[in-house]
Amino acid sequence: MMEPHYETEIDRSRMRVSDEVAIRIEDMNKWYGNYHALRDINLTVRRGERIVIAGPSGSGKSTMIRCVNRLEEHQAGRIVVDGIELSSDLKNIDKVRSEVGMVFQHFNLFPHLTILENCTLAPIWVREIPRKEAIDAAMHFLEKVKIPEQAHKYPGQLSGGQQQRVAIARSLCMKPKIMLFDEPTSALDPEMIKEVLDTMIDLAEEGMTMLCVTHEMGFAQAVANRVIFMDQGQIVEENNPHDFFNNPQSERTRLFLSQILRH
Amino acid sequence: MNERNPAFVRGEMLPAREPPAGEMGLLKLLRKSLFNNWLSSILTVISLIVLVWIVRSTSPWLFDSVWNAHSLSECRQMLGVAEGACWAVIRDRWTQLLFGFYPPEQYWRPVLAFALMLLALSPVLFPPVPRRLLWFSAVFPGLAYWLIWGGTLWLPVTAYAGIAVGAVSLRLTARLGAGVGAGLAFIGALTWWFFASEPVTTMLGQLLPLSLAPVTSREVGGFLLSIVIGVTGISFSLPLGIVLALGRRSKMPLVKTLSVVFIEFIRGVPLITLLFTASLLLNYFLPPGTNFDLILRVIIMVTLFATAYMAEVIRGGLAALPRGQYEAAEALGLDYWKAQRLVIMPQALKISIPGIVNSFIGLFKDTTLVVFIGLLDPIALSNSIRATTNWQGIYWELFVFIGALFFIFCFGMSRYSMHLERRLRTDHR
Ligand SMILES: Nc1ncnc2c1ncn2[C@@H]1O[C@H](COP(=O)(O)OP(=O)(O)OP(=O)(O)O)[C@@H](O)[C@H]1O
Ligand SMILES: [Mg+2]
Repeated sequence: MMEPHYETEIDRSRMRVSDEVAIRIEDMNKWYGNYHALRDINLTVRRGERIVIAGPSGSGKSTMIRCVNRLEEHQAGRIVVDGIELSSDLKNIDKVRSEVGMVFQHFNLFPHLTILENCTLAPIWVREIPRKEAIDAAMHFLEKVKIPEQAHKYPGQLSGGQQQRVAIARSLCMKPKIMLFDEPTSALDPEMIKEVLDTMIDLAEEGMTMLCVTHEMGFAQAVANRVIFMDQGQIVEENNPHDFFNNPQSERTRLFLSQILRH
Repeated sequence: MNERNPAFVRGEMLPAREPPAGEMGLLKLLRKSLFNNWLSSILTVISLIVLVWIVRSTSPWLFDSVWNAHSLSECRQMLGVAEGACWAVIRDRWTQLLFGFYPPEQYWRPVLAFALMLLALSPVLFPPVPRRLLWFSAVFPGLAYWLIWGGTLWLPVTAYAGIAVGAVSLRLTARLGAGVGAGLAFIGALTWWFFASEPVTTMLGQLLPLSLAPVTSREVGGFLLSIVIGVTGISFSLPLGIVLALGRRSKMPLVKTLSVVFIEFIRGVPLITLLFTASLLLNYFLPPGTNFDLILRVIIMVTLFATAYMAEVIRGGLAALPRGQYEAAEALGLDYWKAQRLVIMPQALKISIPGIVNSFIGLFKDTTLVVFIGLLDPIALSNSIRATTNWQGIYWELFVFIGALFFIFCFGMSRYSMHLERRLRTDHR
């Protein structure tokens, strides 16, 4: 099978996986009404790992990563994030959410606030750091995603790619330990996809723990240390990218890869 | 065509040029907007005819009018056969239409209260006004009450002190959890109002008598009354409507049910029945001997009525927000109240501005319904002016004047809302 590739050179010196567990999911199950959306999910993510989750539409990828910061509630099993178990305890949920950043397919920037205000809102109101410091930190991250000059515009005045990079910067301003990405490039035009992926690669190079739902297999090949394939609410296959692309074990994975990599 | 070479390379880039100047003259513009086809030409002609007819039939009435007379019969005498308005009645009685039977030598008090109201509203309505003025906005209601009804200044002061008592007990009991703290603060404030405020008021009044001549609610009338009811109703219905809208969308079944029942009940009943309830029935329910001011009762009913509508308008705005906004706020770790206050409400309210202002205007005009329970709003005063021997039989002039005053206020609100919508637009490229 043809191996996907990504053009940018990647600096692997700081991409280190530690032994510490960042996320542990044990026998997790989730239903939407009667529909069994996630079935016996088991997954351990270590600090510094970069995991790409792929699978056909409706396979439960979004549902799984949304369970990690409790945007969806699981009904059975355990999810432990950064040592905190997710239960109905609101304090724990808020604590987990402030440690876990999330980037959405449709950016979900706050349209009534400027880019800078989008980035400083949570640091000021959740972390309760002084406004001045929050602004400095926000400008730092906006520089990192290469749009400091847009700081005083509103989201509606930016291109899709720029908005998504702002969304990444907004999450980073909370100094999260883990980042979740739910198809961050699927709503973008091809020329904007790369600018967002490059931003994500920068993050990976700094050792961020990342869970990415994406169909960008070149990105998976370049930065992931594990690729997870899901179908019908289950994890079907899990492997390092090299073996995942060159030697998929299950028939479903092979079929999926042949569809997604056929050009 | 086939042999032509389709390749093209631009040698030099084109510089940006000025847009073409509007080449249409007045005539062309008229033609384009008024006579561009036969249907629009016919409509234009019909509109012109109607316009001319209206102007012709009202202008003698409006302009051949009498301003100096002491009674309607004197007016008629001066006019003779000509048709003309008798504005003299306005000249004679305008203070009554504005203030009701408020003692004339005290007119400066409501006028001052009105001027201070504009000052108190300015930091709320216009952001360039310094935020520090919001302190004055908070103090204004007590001050306005004192100015209009008179009596001792210490009454509103001790009422405010009750809020301070609540705030302090909230601070002190914060460790017991938000729910318990709020409950205790509420009880603390109530205790203060019921048991402490009266003796404290009397005591302070003896120490330092600061009081204005008292004016009773029977004397407060006219536009003063409409504005008091309207402005109080407006300023309470918005926050209460927000709370109720959130209640209706709450996941807690009890809160949700209560909100739904309240909204549906109040919306399902005509305002006038609520006003009759305020004027008659409440006396049965209240403990005998309590003297609960009629204007206050009416304000409560009008506010409740407007609140139910407001809640539905705001719920519409909340429903229009994409789910992603809630999720993004949650994912950043904002708790429910912070997410509502910083992310959801600013957007939902912005969407609802036309509906909100619509409710405000409706509420303000509905204040004229209090005529039916014996309060002296401008309509009631027009009736009483007509009942005097001098002005018996006069209708139009009074209603035109009252209508014009209401129009000024409502049109002002409408213009402000348009200004606000423009100011809050952030999606322009
Ligand atoms: N709120 C919901 N209520 C009911 N069913 C839902 C809900 N959200 C998702 N589902 C169902 O759960 C299944 C998994 O959905 P999910 O969004 O996780 O899929 P996905 O793998 O992210 O797909 P896609 O690639 O299209 O985003 C789907 O069958 C979907 O219809
Ligand atoms: Mg999805």
